[in-house]
Amino acid sequence: MRGLLKVEPRLSSPWWLGAVITFSSIASALALGGVFLAFMGVSPLEAYAVILRSALGDGYGVSETVVKAIPLTIAGIAVMLAFTMGLWNIGAEGQIFIGAIASAAMVRYFPSESRAVALSSMLAAGLWAAFAGYLKARWNINEIITTLMLTYVAMNLLNYFVYGPWRDPAGLGFPITAPFPDSARLPTLWGTRIHLGIVLAVVLPCVAWVVLRFSRWGYELRVMGENPRAAGFAGMNYTRNVALVMFLSGAIAGIAGMCELSGLQGRLQHGFSGGYGNTAIIVAWLARLNPLAIVLVSFLMGVLLVGGESLQVIMRLPLSSVMVLQGLILFFILGGEFFRKYRIRRVGAAITGDMEREER
Amino acid sequence: MERITKRFAGVTANWAVDFDLRAGEVHALLGENGAGKSTLMNVLYGLYQPDGGRILLSGREQAFSSPRDARAAGIGMVHQHFMLIPSQTVWENMILGHEDLPSILPKKDVRRRILDLSDRYGLAVDPDAKVWQLSVGEQQRVAILQMLFRSARVLILDEPTAVLTPQEARQLFDTIGQMTAEGYGVVFISHKLDEVMAFSQRVTVLRKGRLVATVATEATTKERLAEMMVGEKVVLEIDRPAMAPGRTILECRDLRVLGDRGFPAIRDLSLSVREHEVLGIAGVAGNGQQELCEALVGLRTADRGRVIVDGEDLTNASPRTFIRKKVHYIPADRKGTGLVANMDVKENSILKRYSARPVSKGGFIDWKEVASFARTVVSRFGVNAPSTETPVRNLSGGNLQKLMLGRELSDSPKAVLAMHPTWGLDVAATKFVREQLLAQRERGAAVLLVSEDLDELLSMSDRLAVLCKGELMGVLDAPDRTPVETIGLMMAGTPLAEIEGAEVSA
Repeated sequence: MRGLLKVEPRLSSPWWLGAVITFSSIASALALGGVFLAFMGVSPLEAYAVILRSALGDGYGVSETVVKAIPLTIAGIAVMLAFTMGLWNIGAEGQIFIGAIASAAMVRYFPSESRAVALSSMLAAGLWAAFAGYLKARWNINEIITTLMLTYVAMNLLNYFVYGPWRDPAGLGFPITAPFPDSARLPTLWGTRIHLGIVLAVVLPCVAWVVLRFSRWGYELRVMGENPRAAGFAGMNYTRNVALVMFLSGAIAGIAGMCELSGLQGRLQHGFSGGYGNTAIIVAWLARLNPLAIVLVSFLMGVLLVGGESLQVIMRLPLSSVMVLQGLILFFILGGEFFRKYRIRRVGAAITGDMEREER
Repeated sequence: MERITKRFAGVTANWAVDFDLRAGEVHALLGENGAGKSTLMNVLYGLYQPDGGRILLSGREQAFSSPRDARAAGIGMVHQHFMLIPSQTVWENMILGHEDLPSILPKKDVRRRILDLSDRYGLAVDPDAKVWQLSVGEQQRVAILQMLFRSARVLILDEPTAVLTPQEARQLFDTIGQMTAEGYGVVFISHKLDEVMAFSQRVTVLRKGRLVATVATEATTKERLAEMMVGEKVVLEIDRPAMAPGRTILECRDLRVLGDRGFPAIRDLSLSVREHEVLGIAGVAGNGQQELCEALVGLRTADRGRVIVDGEDLTNASPRTFIRKKVHYIPADRKGTGLVANMDVKENSILKRYSARPVSKGGFIDWKEVASFARTVVSRFGVNAPSTETPVRNLSGGNLQKLMLGRELSDSPKAVLAMHPTWGLDVAATKFVREQLLAQRERGAAVLLVSEDLDELLSMSDRLAVLCKGELMGVLDAPDRTPVETIGLMMAGTPLAEIEGAEVSA
């Protein structure tokens, strides 16, 4: 037989393989991204140095990175929950909008009820997502389509409010609402822009980790995600859980919207989220749906986002060049899946000889 | 195939195995679970690449890097789990994997060829039916047709009769006979000694990955083959002591259940199973057996009629209620329904008990308790797994079944419903499963056994119910003293009353 490279399924994956593959995927993405940067006419090393320096080089950079990591972590947990159950909630972006709209509505119409803001954002975004969940559970309508489409609905709803009835009369015609009163703002910490949302971004992943790993419901979720038929056989209620998980997923994304709004921006505006809901999908998969890893990955994504803004200023690159990097990372991660499931080996004469030796 | 060696992470599945197939012969490949039969054939079919040895086809050395290469060389394989696309029609499945298809699918030609082939080899099947609508037996025919359609000259059948009734099996062997007469070579993997003796010209026996011998079927005996296979003398019979049945545990009255297609799969069926009793359910595949079982454990709603467990009306109760009432079900579809392939042995062992004490405490799962339970199941039921943390997708069919059996039987069930529990298992595992079911009967459980293996039903059942098209053809009180022809007639749709009436009038 000729000496050839053969691909065959792996029977087991050693524990370290996941980490090795994740890191080499990121490394490959950065390498290819370097080629791309070189084509853009900048030195890749210099560009990466700018990214690192601006995002991690000083206290301000780190705090900005954390600011970005907060909504990413919360939204990442939201989609991870749905993904674990095998539900493709790719509409976290829309759910973030709805959460923010609901908060803004509360602040506008019930300014004295500042404590109900979080609740209303969860409820609104949760129901928004649960609608897709209900369609899935009741008529098996594909949730990828519905959650994606609902995102556009949410986006236009937001535009309607900021261009229409909620537009700030003092806003010089910009599509923004009036700034929130201080009573409706989340406190910021340590004199930076880091807000109280960080507590959630730390607590939520821990709670999710404990629930998924140790709770009865977490076990149910994982079984339902892996094999809905077996779940039914074991007496689990798939239909009810689809709606429930979508509600929770949406509610958590809604909280991310609320935090971003009252913690950071202080007013609703056009293009409010900046794609956190979509990046959260990348985050969740990069973290292999591990809630604790989501925190880490979100921070990494925060580095890229903050660094990307500096690239724009210092190296005069468009912000989309950072999106290309993000895309490359996801691409390599998904490609790396292949190596977890298969291995590539050389087969050939050498092995035959080897066997004969062994036999003797 | 010469000196084929195949190793998987630490396990040698085949060790320097020689195998040859002549045109026009049926060559049986015999061996226990994990003896390396399927591995050897998967190497031949290009699914696995051998670590050593070579494959020769008509004297020429071959290097198959994928099944595509093997198919191009005229080798076709029908797996135990058919590689068909359930949501597509039969004819669409036929052209699966053909590379040079015209952009407009030649539906007419394909249909004509299907009908030609199925006519010629007695493989009746409707080209326009969707695969998921077909019974297992029909799906197998589609899988065989698929290989013929690709002009295979060598056909490998992995445990083909495991899913068939005696009649269907006979039909299959007629087909095989027709094919070998035309010069096809057929390998069939099996561990049913009777059919190996009856239908093959040569037998190759594997044990623990090594070749034991290749012999002419005429020159050997069943006992001799069994000994070669297991490595020692084996007792094939099973002991079923007489027992007086107790009260009725599981009962259905005038049950009507709809199948997936919305038509009644079970019509006005009344049955009961008592303590200390095995009720066998005989019938050709797809005559309502699965729907019946599912309705009896809450997985399918009853359209009409009642399901009664131990005197309590549980019609259309949730699956969990049935589990709590200790009605346990061993589904035919092990990886699809009974187990979660990507989860490990430990996690699979608690699928039915995760929601109650002692596994679940205050909404949390006590993983220590789970680990010790899993170890008990593994050791009591002889599940051969590297550890309780091994994903079950890596276990063989026999071990999957043992694990599932262990899980379902560890709860001292009141009623056990087992569907094809020995499907695809080897001699030792089959015997083990049957003994476990009989032990439950002895303990006092009511056992409902659905099988398509008539020998199994006759040796296991105290009473035997025969289903045809979802209707009960009758219940035999002494199945082992009933002529097989009578059962065959009932399976084909003649009610018992009619047969007995005819006897009386004669």
